[in-house]
Amino acid sequence: MTAVSARAIQKVYGGDRAIVALENVSLDIAEGQFVSVLGPSGCGKSTFLRCIAGLEPVTSGSLHVHGRQVDGPPDNLGMVFQRDALLDWRTIEQNIMLPIEFAKKSRPDAVQRMAQLLEMVGLTQFGDRYPSELSGGMRQRAAICRALIDSPSVLLMDEPFGALDALTRDQMNVELQRIWRNIRNTCIFVTHSITESVFLADRVVVLSPRPGRIVEIVDIDLPRPRKLAVRETPEFGAYTRKIRRMFEAMGLIDESP
Amino acid sequence: MKAHSNRRSRNQRWRGRLLSITTFVVLLLLWEAAVVSMHVRPVMLPAPSDILYELWHDTAWYLSNAGYTLLTTMAGFILSVLIGVAVAVLLVSLPWFENAIYPVIVSVNSVPKVAIAPLFVVWLGTGAEPQIAIAFLIAVFAIIVDSAHGFRSIPPDVADLGRVLKGSPVDLFFKIRLPCALPSILAGMKVSISLALVGAIVGEFVASQRGLGYIILSAQGSFDTARAFAALFLLAAMGVMLFSAVESLERRLTHWRHLS
Repeated sequence: MTAVSARAIQKVYGGDRAIVALENVSLDIAEGQFVSVLGPSGCGKSTFLRCIAGLEPVTSGSLHVHGRQVDGPPDNLGMVFQRDALLDWRTIEQNIMLPIEFAKKSRPDAVQRMAQLLEMVGLTQFGDRYPSELSGGMRQRAAICRALIDSPSVLLMDEPFGALDALTRDQMNVELQRIWRNIRNTCIFVTHSITESVFLADRVVVLSPRPGRIVEIVDIDLPRPRKLAVRETPEFGAYTRKIRRMFEAMGLIDESP
Repeated sequence: MKAHSNRRSRNQRWRGRLLSITTFVVLLLLWEAAVVSMHVRPVMLPAPSDILYELWHDTAWYLSNAGYTLLTTMAGFILSVLIGVAVAVLLVSLPWFENAIYPVIVSVNSVPKVAIAPLFVVWLGTGAEPQIAIAFLIAVFAIIVDSAHGFRSIPPDVADLGRVLKGSPVDLFFKIRLPCALPSILAGMKVSISLALVGAIVGEFVASQRGLGYIILSAQGSFDTARAFAALFLLAAMGVMLFSAVESLERRLTHWRHLS
């Protein structure tokens, strides 16, 4: 069963001086798959994610999530934003419960799940703290818990670790993989880091700069669970080299002196 | 750790308060010394001791008049918060409303309220209503402008979150938009509480038989400058009290902003 199905979608912004953000993007994402969408800044990768989330309408083409045409945010969707988007006036627990409150679902079931999620990301001690009392990495972990509290079948992540320092980012990559192996939902992860995309994903979708087109879809055949050290193996190097070549071919990386 | 930092900030606040009280006392002493040594006539400038005596010997009368002014001020202020926030919500959510109404609000605000005050007496009589109306009219603009700014400055990520979670309009408003705008609304309230007091006094100047504004005006008519100053002292104290009340409301409602 396909979770997300895009057929020749195009997204054009603005009237007079129109900007084509996405051009002829066709992609099927199977249920339970982890897909990275990789591309340089401004290539439309976030736009693609926002279209799936129903936050932006596509200009043409068809886009389905779980067999239903997207017109507005689909049900059962979790989203993690680049800057965690935690509500400063709510404690971490209250933030995580927000989707349950909005969906008018029963609290007791969710409280148990929240406890599991908090434990999974190591925030058990911080449930009654406010976001401003937490570090960037802890905040983003809380945001991931919030996205997962209502057991979404599709999890969308828009450069979630882009604002974190390199070490925290590595740590978060390992944790995200562990969380995802527990939950096994469909995950679409937008990033501009080649290493991150290969480390996390079953498939890496490489987008070209504006207008965003799919250059290639690279299947990552590395055994899980992956350790950070996998990044030093020849197999991993082969994938990143292959993708870097694509960017070189697009003129995005130029090493000539 | 949390308790410790709280204690320290409370300590600092008390030290600050002590310092400002000292300043006031020193100023009053200087004033007293100047009036006595330069033989200033009481009609021009009474000594602080005369003013305090005046207050002390007619306390009940002064307090009942101050209470009246406090009541009209609060009524005007509360109205301005309720209506100001509602108008700001409409301005931000309905583009046609903004185009249609905002210029009207700005032009009404440009007219000096003192100039319209006599008209309110014609329309609303000589009771408390014209004073409340003027207090409201002076105070509401700051609330509208600051609240609208608050509702507009909701971070895009947070707005997207609300849409993805598909909250009901009521949930979206009370759980996301209003708390996001709250710091700005409170900033507007801090400005408008002082303006509401000005408005209430203006109203009393124009038509009233009660209130601190009425005392000042009637004292001026009988050259009883000490009485006017006594009312001014009370007015200043009330202004400080109202402003700190809004400040403490702000601290309570946005305590999460002062954690880290």
